[in-house]
Amino acid sequence: MKPPEILSIAKTESDRQRTFKYRINVCCSSGCIPFGALEVLKSFQAAVKEFGVEKECKVARTGCVGTCSVGPAVVVDPGDYLYQSVTPETAREIVENHVVKGLPVENLLYRRAAFFEKQHRLVLRNAGKIDPLRIEDYISRGGYSALIKCLTEMSPREVIDEVSKSGLRGRGGAGFQTGQKWNFVSKAPTFPKYIIANLDEGDPGVFANRTLAEADPHAIIEGMLVASYALGAEQGYIYIRAEYPLAIQTLRKALEQARSLGLLGEHILESSMNFEIGVRLGAGAFIAGEETAILASVEGRRAMPRPRPPYPAISGLWGKPTLIQNVETLANTPLIVMNGGSRFSELGSPTCTGTKCFSLTGRTSNPGLIEVPMGTTLREVVFDIGGGVADGRSFKAVLVGGPSGGCLPESQLDLPIDYESLTKAGAIMGSGGIVVIDDQSCMVNTARFFVDFCVDESCGRCSPCRVGLFKLREVFDRIIHGEGEEKDMAMLEEVSEYIREASLCGLGQTAPNPILTTLRYFRDEYLAHIVEKRCPAGKCPMSRKGGGRGEMA
Amino acid sequence: MVAEDTRRAMLDKAMKEHRYRRSALLEVLQRAQELYGYLEKDVLIYISETLNLPPSHLYGAATFYNLFRFRKPGEHIVTPCLGTACYVKGAEDILLAIESEFDVERGRSTPDGRLSLFVTRCIGACAMAPNVVLDGEVIGKATKDGVMERMERLLGGKGN
Repeated sequence: MKPPEILSIAKTESDRQRTFKYRINVCCSSGCIPFGALEVLKSFQAAVKEFGVEKECKVARTGCVGTCSVGPAVVVDPGDYLYQSVTPETAREIVENHVVKGLPVENLLYRRAAFFEKQHRLVLRNAGKIDPLRIEDYISRGGYSALIKCLTEMSPREVIDEVSKSGLRGRGGAGFQTGQKWNFVSKAPTFPKYIIANLDEGDPGVFANRTLAEADPHAIIEGMLVASYALGAEQGYIYIRAEYPLAIQTLRKALEQARSLGLLGEHILESSMNFEIGVRLGAGAFIAGEETAILASVEGRRAMPRPRPPYPAISGLWGKPTLIQNVETLANTPLIVMNGGSRFSELGSPTCTGTKCFSLTGRTSNPGLIEVPMGTTLREVVFDIGGGVADGRSFKAVLVGGPSGGCLPESQLDLPIDYESLTKAGAIMGSGGIVVIDDQSCMVNTARFFVDFCVDESCGRCSPCRVGLFKLREVFDRIIHGEGEEKDMAMLEEVSEYIREASLCGLGQTAPNPILTTLRYFRDEYLAHIVEKRCPAGKCPMSRKGGGRGEMA
Repeated sequence: MVAEDTRRAMLDKAMKEHRYRRSALLEVLQRAQELYGYLEKDVLIYISETLNLPPSHLYGAATFYNLFRFRKPGEHIVTPCLGTACYVKGAEDILLAIESEFDVERGRSTPDGRLSLFVTRCIGACAMAPNVVLDGEVIGKATKDGVMERMERLLGGKGN
C-alpha cells in the first residue's frame, strides 16, 4: 500500500462516519469491564436495532474516557454527553430518549464538568473517541499521517531536530531530553539498532500507560515508527506487563492490522524503510521498568540492572544501540512531527513542555485518568480536577510518583508539576501516579508499606538497596509495634541517605523518598508513635493490640 | 483438565513459534503456567532441555518474577490487590480478614487444596480500589463483608 491509499482510507472512513447522526462511544477498558461495560455495549447494539436507528446511530466500542470511578462510562456525540454508571437497562433508555427523541437523559449525565476543564488531552487525543480495534478509526483522525510525512517530506535528521526542538522529555520518570537520546542512538555507529517501548507500568496505583494501550494502540505503534525512521532501527519490542491482558490483546490486534496495511514489515508503504514490532511480556517485576533491567528481561533473563555506562543508546539489547522509551513519550512524537517541535513546546512550562498523564487515585472524590499541561499545580489536580477528598474527610497528603515517590502535605500543593519542582520537594514524577491520602491513614504505616514494597522488589544486586531497605523495614516494624526509640528517626534518615547515594539504579536511589518526605513533613506522627506509643490514625498494630480505637476501617 | 500430552504439544508449539530462541524464555514460561497452572519441576526441566538452557538459568529467571508459581494452586484462587491505591483504601483489612477467616497464609493454599491466597501489587484498576480478584473475576470497590460473603458462598462455608 502507498501513502495516497492510506489517505483514501481516511477519507472513506470519515465519509462513512458522517452518515451517522449519532455516535455512542461505550468505554470498554479494564476499568469499565468489571462494571458490566460489555453487557452495556450489547444492550446499546440491541436497542439501536429495536428502535430501527442503526443507520443513523453508530455504537462503538472505545477506550477510556477517564472517569473510571463511575463506569461504565458512555459518551454520546455530537455534544459530548457523558453518561455515568450506565446499565443495560439505562442503555436502552438513552437510545430511546437521546437518539430517537433527541432528549438527553439528564439524570444519568456525569455532572462534574470541573474534572475535564483543566485537562488537556494530547496523548489521550483519541482515547474514548475511536474504536481501538479498528485501524480505520485511527487513520480517519489523522493517524499514520506523521509516518507518511516522515517518509515523504522529512529526513531522519529533521525528525530528530523537531523532537529536540519540542523539548519533550521522557515520561517514564527520569525526564531525560528525548531529542538528545535519539541523537545518541542515531550517532551510534553499530547496527542493527533496536527500539523498546516501555509499558512495564510496575508502579502500583498507576494505569495511564495501560489505558493508552487499550484506547489508542496505534498511537504507540506510530510513535515507534517515527523513532524507527529517525534512528534507522529495524526491530522494536513493546515490553508490557502480563497483568494487562486486555492491553496486550489490543496491541497484538493493532500490530496485525498495521502489518496488513503495509505499515509494518519490509518496505513500509512501499518505501525502503523496514520495521517490525514484537510483543514481550513482563512477569511481575517492578525493577524491570529500569532501563538496563528491561534489556535483561527482553533477552529472557533475570531483570537485574547493570552499571552505566555503557548506556543502552550505545550498548543495549544484545550489545547493540537501543532506544528505550516510555509509551507515553512515544505517543507524543507523531504530534511533534505533524505540528512541529516549536508548536509543541508552547504548551506546558518552559523547562517541561507538553502534557503528562496521571492516574489519580486513593481518597479522591473523582478517581480516574487525567492529562494536564506540565506546570499545573498539585492543588488544581487534587481539588479542582479531583474534587477534593472523598466522603468529606480532610486532606492529609498526596503521594506523587509511585512507591518511591514522596508524600507531600498541604503546604506543598501549590507546586507546579514538573520534574525539577517535584524533585526539590522530595518527590519524583515517576510514571505519573497521584494518590490522595486522607486523615484516616497513618503516615508512618504508609511509609512502611512502601519500604516493604521496595524490599520485595529490590533485585538484590547491590547491597545498599538489598540490605539497607531490609534494615529500614526492621526499624519501621519496631516503631509500628510501639517499640521505637527516639534515635530511630536519625537512623532512618542516615540509612536512607546511604541507600540514596550508593545504590546502583533508580529503584534504590528513589526508594527512601517516602521515608524522607514523611520524616520531613509528618514528623509529629513519628513522634507520636515513638514517644507516646500511640498511632494517631489508629492504623498500626500497637493500636490493634491496645484495642479501644474504633477507627479501623 | 487437558490431557498431559496435549498440554505438552501446546507447549512445544509455543516454543516452536518463538523459534526456540532463549530470549523468549519468559513467554514460554508464561505459556507453561497457563497450561499447567504452575511451573512444576518436570515442566521446567523439559523446557530447559528443549531450549538448551541450564536448569539453573531457568530456575533463576523464573523465581525472579512474581508472576510464576511453583506450587499447585488450590481449586479457587483469591487475590487481593495490595497496590498503593488499594492499600490506601483499606485492602490490608480485607487481606487480614481472609487470612484469619479461611486460615490461609498469603502465597499458600488451605490444606484441603480448596483455596489459594495470593497478593498482587496492582492490577491497574486503581480507580475502583480496593480490588479483589476471585477466580479471575475482578471485584471492584470491594468491602470486607462483601468479599467474605462471596467467598463463603463459593466455598460453601469457611475453609477447612
